[in-house]
Amino acid sequence: MTPSLLYAFAGAALCGIGLFGFIVISHLLRKLLAFNLMGSGVFLVLVGLAQHRSGPDPVPQALVLTGIVVAIAATALAVVLIRRYFHLSGKTALEDPARDTLPHQGPREVREAPRE
Amino acid sequence: MAEWLLDVLLVIALLVTAGSVLWSRDLFRAVVFFIAFGLLMALAWVRLHAPDVALAEAAIGAGLTGVLLLDAARHLSNGKSGGDDNKEEPS
Amino acid sequence: MKRILTLLPATAVCLAFVSGLAYSIWQIAITTTSVDLPGLLGENLDQSGVENPVTAVLLNFRSYDTLLEIGVLVIAGIAGISVARTSSLEDPELRTSDTLLYALQRWLIPLMLLLAGYLLWAGSDRPGGAFQAGAVLAASGVLMRLGGIPMDFLRPGIMLRLGLSLGFAVFLLVAVTSALHGGEFLAYPPELAKTLIVVIETVLTLSIAMVLLALFVSAPVNNAEEPEEGGSG
Repeated sequence: MTPSLLYAFAGAALCGIGLFGFIVISHLLRKLLAFNLMGSGVFLVLVGLAQHRSGPDPVPQALVLTGIVVAIAATALAVVLIRRYFHLSGKTALEDPARDTLPHQGPREVREAPRE
Repeated sequence: MAEWLLDVLLVIALLVTAGSVLWSRDLFRAVVFFIAFGLLMALAWVRLHAPDVALAEAAIGAGLTGVLLLDAARHLSNGKSGGDDNKEEPS
Repeated sequence: MKRILTLLPATAVCLAFVSGLAYSIWQIAITTTSVDLPGLLGENLDQSGVENPVTAVLLNFRSYDTLLEIGVLVIAGIAGISVARTSSLEDPELRTSDTLLYALQRWLIPLMLLLAGYLLWAGSDRPGGAFQAGAVLAASGVLMRLGGIPMDFLRPGIMLRLGLSLGFAVFLLVAVTSALHGGEFLAYPPELAKTLIVVIETVLTLSIAMVLLALFVSAPVNNAEEPEEGGSG
């Protein structure tokens, strides 16, 4: 057991926390935060696991560096989409499909039609 | 021994901050916890001998993500009253 | 009660996921591998043209990843811009007239630009490089934007398109040229490696900062601005 392996296990725990939040929380911005936590966990697993035997390893570090920049770009794009969604629908959570389609199917169709 | 203590404390702090991001009461607080989480991640990268990643994480996790998410959080909670009105109208 | 019932399966799924993940990490950790990647990298480092191993991996040994990464960034930037309405850039409501922010800006922006330049240059033999420099550059751009400094190059137009695609285009050009001259795709000639890496890193920095800044600016800002859309929602 080396410190690197400790960080790898912490990354696994972070993945779990992030996954739980991603499933349970309905607010979209918090879902995005949970998704980012999951991503950080994956990065920790990648680097920690690769380094626990042979010391510092630049290859996974470079991959993680690429991953961080892609993650911030994806987060920014997600924020743009969430704000657009909020702007158009006034909601901060996705609609519940089970509640929405069954009783309201008829009126919903009528309401959607003129907007298109 | 002291290094082990540092690592264990850092890991515990990471997990606690991650939990606080998800279960704090208001959105603003969650975003602030997320910024703190980014800074702790930068420390973890330093502990993992990855200074390049630590630099990137500090610049991105604390600077850019913070501004982006704080702006979004303010916007989403500001418009909440107006948004609820919109939700009431069709039904 | 209902909430607890819905939480229970999610908790079970996450616990199973974490324990499976921890078990496989432990399994991978106790098996020995014969591949010595850091050793292999150390032996070939002097061929790469730079002294920082992470930069060598990013821009020489695994530059294919970096090429695709900047491609992904450009696509994300284009997607963000196409959803956005940049007309709100000139909205006076957005400009913060905060004296503290102005003072801070006057001190911080030159320092941040200098830091970005240093990080870019340091990338060849010390921690630093295009990604960190791009992030700092984008952060200083965000600060300028918050203070209401007009940045016309962010409006849809030739400057924005050029800035977004510059990094990817130059990177691709280098890759194709080296392939045409008889080498492999993306294999730099050894005597030019350092120059090429510095050139690519510079344009990558500009493009990364541009993508992040464009995504930040393109967040649709205010409800009152577009009554025709707000009314229908």
